[in-house]
Amino acid sequence: MNEWLDPLLLSRWQFGLTTIYHFLFVPLTIGMALTVAIFQTAWVRTDKAKYLQLTHFFGKIFLINFAMGVVTGIVQEFQFGMNWSDYSRFVGDVFGAPLAFEGILAFFLEATFIGLWIFGWDKLPKKVHLATIWLTVIGSITSAYFILAANAFMQNPIAYTINAEKGRAELTSIGELLTNPIALAAFPHTILACFMVSAGLIISVAAWHLARNQHFETMRPALKFGMWMMVIAGIGTTLAGDQLSLVMGEVQPMKMAAAEALYHTATGANASFSLFTLGTPDGVHELFSIRIPYLLSFLSTHTFDGTVQGINNLQAQYVATYGPGDYTPTIWITYWAFRWMIALGLLHMLVAVVGLFLTRKGRMPTQKWVWSLAIWSFPASLLAMTVGWVFTEMGRQPWLVFGLLKTQDGVSPGVTGVEILISLIVFTLLYGILAVVEFRLILQAVQKGPDDAPVPDAESGELTQTVTVY
Amino acid sequence: MDLTILWFWIIAAMFIGYFVLDGFDFGVGMSLPFLGKDDTDRRVLINTIGPVWDLNETWVIVAGASLFAAFPEWYATMFSGFYLALLLILVALILRGVSFEYRHQRPESSWKKWFDGMIIVGSAVPALLWGVAFANVVRGVNLDVNHDYVGTFFDLLNPYALLGGLTTLLLFFVHGVVFVSLKTEGDIRMRARKLATRAGIVTIVVAACFLVWTTFAYGTVASALFAALTAVALIASFLANLRGAERLAFALMAGTIGLAVLTLFASLFPDVMPASNDPANSLTIANASSSTYTLGVMSWTALIGMPVILLYQGWTYWVFRKRIGRAHIAVAVH
Repeated sequence: MNEWLDPLLLSRWQFGLTTIYHFLFVPLTIGMALTVAIFQTAWVRTDKAKYLQLTHFFGKIFLINFAMGVVTGIVQEFQFGMNWSDYSRFVGDVFGAPLAFEGILAFFLEATFIGLWIFGWDKLPKKVHLATIWLTVIGSITSAYFILAANAFMQNPIAYTINAEKGRAELTSIGELLTNPIALAAFPHTILACFMVSAGLIISVAAWHLARNQHFETMRPALKFGMWMMVIAGIGTTLAGDQLSLVMGEVQPMKMAAAEALYHTATGANASFSLFTLGTPDGVHELFSIRIPYLLSFLSTHTFDGTVQGINNLQAQYVATYGPGDYTPTIWITYWAFRWMIALGLLHMLVAVVGLFLTRKGRMPTQKWVWSLAIWSFPASLLAMTVGWVFTEMGRQPWLVFGLLKTQDGVSPGVTGVEILISLIVFTLLYGILAVVEFRLILQAVQKGPDDAPVPDAESGELTQTVTVY
Repeated sequence: MDLTILWFWIIAAMFIGYFVLDGFDFGVGMSLPFLGKDDTDRRVLINTIGPVWDLNETWVIVAGASLFAAFPEWYATMFSGFYLALLLILVALILRGVSFEYRHQRPESSWKKWFDGMIIVGSAVPALLWGVAFANVVRGVNLDVNHDYVGTFFDLLNPYALLGGLTTLLLFFVHGVVFVSLKTEGDIRMRARKLATRAGIVTIVVAACFLVWTTFAYGTVASALFAALTAVALIASFLANLRGAERLAFALMAGTIGLAVLTLFASLFPDVMPASNDPANSLTIANASSSTYTLGVMSWTALIGMPVILLYQGWTYWVFRKRIGRAHIAVAVH
């Protein structure tokens, strides 16, 4: 068979591409919903026009992005059956339940109340309308929990038994499935990172306007809000990430070893964390590296004399347990994705901390480069999020469900390479075009800036509200 | 009651929810070239479904996820077997969804025309292909011993399935047009009524052919009963529309679609995906379902979740109960 028409390879590319793409919109939906809800709450409580302006302004950016998150999400759900039918057969009894929960308990909430929020400005009492955006926030965050619980089963399968007759995994405890330690650690890590992404967007947008000395009344509070959100969410993301790596070191030691490209088991000072390595990634020749002793031991075990298992030892263990095969993820991807995630995350947290210092007590920086740097907060945080997911999912390879099902055994046997090539091309083109349109629309909305402050109605004294229609 | 049988009917109920609700969204989308004489008209049409299209579309996500959880084998076989058909549906749903949001972002008429076109195509393609897909499920497809689909996309385009697709296309079209008559005011409301009458006649003929074919080729006593009720509801809806009873016409169209789905599910029972090459390879309620434990967990979730969902979705429709006319669009900000 022509290797370019390998259904496995093409399906993996398609799933990777569509998932990464989908997850460019999800963190914005989750984070921006919260941001908009906070601005609107501030408006309802203080009646200050600037908060209403901010609600509408960021609400508009939120909505341009929201539809993309919805429609690309349907692709994700359909793809399990379309491209990974043997996976679906094997895990459906376990994995399907959190997906169904997500739909019934979260998506409906999100989809219904977002409609009420968009179109309900002139139809609902002020406080009821405020409640609709908060219910949207609850829906989006709840859906994240269920999908992370489903994903956690792939990383650390628990709460199942194998039914040999049917050749599949069957659920034994929904409570255990939903409290998978990986899910409990990945949830705060992911949600707080989503908040970082939307904080990054607010910082970028506010910096763009403030660099041009415009919309000072709204953009300065937005900038301060964004930077505080970035710092708080950033600290939380780091702590939760630390917890996640601890759990990961226990249940997926190979992923931890792959994150560090640690070939030989190391203890204490030797379990060092390399900031940068140049060399052949086969672990034989190291040309140059900067290393922090003890750090890897601390990350993996929270002790300074812990032992971190190396790839070679784990590979030998897995061969003994699962039979001959290569059980090592692609090391250069996991190694660099892990570093870029941490570096970018810390970097834009630092930008926010410096920004808070420079803008303290009403000060405003006048240097151009400060703003030029701040504008990169959004792309940096989005990239950090993306490489984080690349690390998580590539570090799971060659397993689809760790220890139970290999990726190569999950692909649909009945779908041909040509069919998948067609869909891969279609999704690539479609997503590419939509990305350009989406980016330009968001840019247009950002550059236009907030609308002028609403004028109170002459008779009632109420602020006139925007009636939104398509 | 056996949980597997309960879930067979819950899946049917979820697809009824999806087709009844997103069905009129598709119909409104398809009606743009017929009822939207100018940009204001088209905006009136789009705004009739503006607040609700997203929640309506969510029904397919929930139906799909429930199918995955309750009948993994059915989900795996159907979704991988109908690969290219589902790809087309996905592309259509993506284009339609973003078009609602993007259309009003720029004032140029060339920009709007693009998205109008995508709303029309993005509504018509799923309306057609969902019918084709479900008709093929009822008709049966070739399955191997592992229950994998054996065949191509073009095998799915057989006369019976195409008739099924045409039936859902027309049913959703009329459903949407009747919805427009219920939700708008002025000239467009009257034109929608007339269009529903004209399209209604064609729909009755096509749907009757499909129901008769289904009943004689694949029917059971129960499905024949549902088919007869479908026909009665469709004709009653036609008559109600003729008399200008918009609410009743819409309710009867919803009933028609619901009964049509029941007709198909009743024909399937107790199979979920019959193999036309060898009945031994058929997927049945028994061999395609999840374990009793999983179905039990799902049952409790649905039992607690669905009433609340129906309550807040019903409330949403109540909030947006007012008719929309050209005057509303004129004062709008965007």
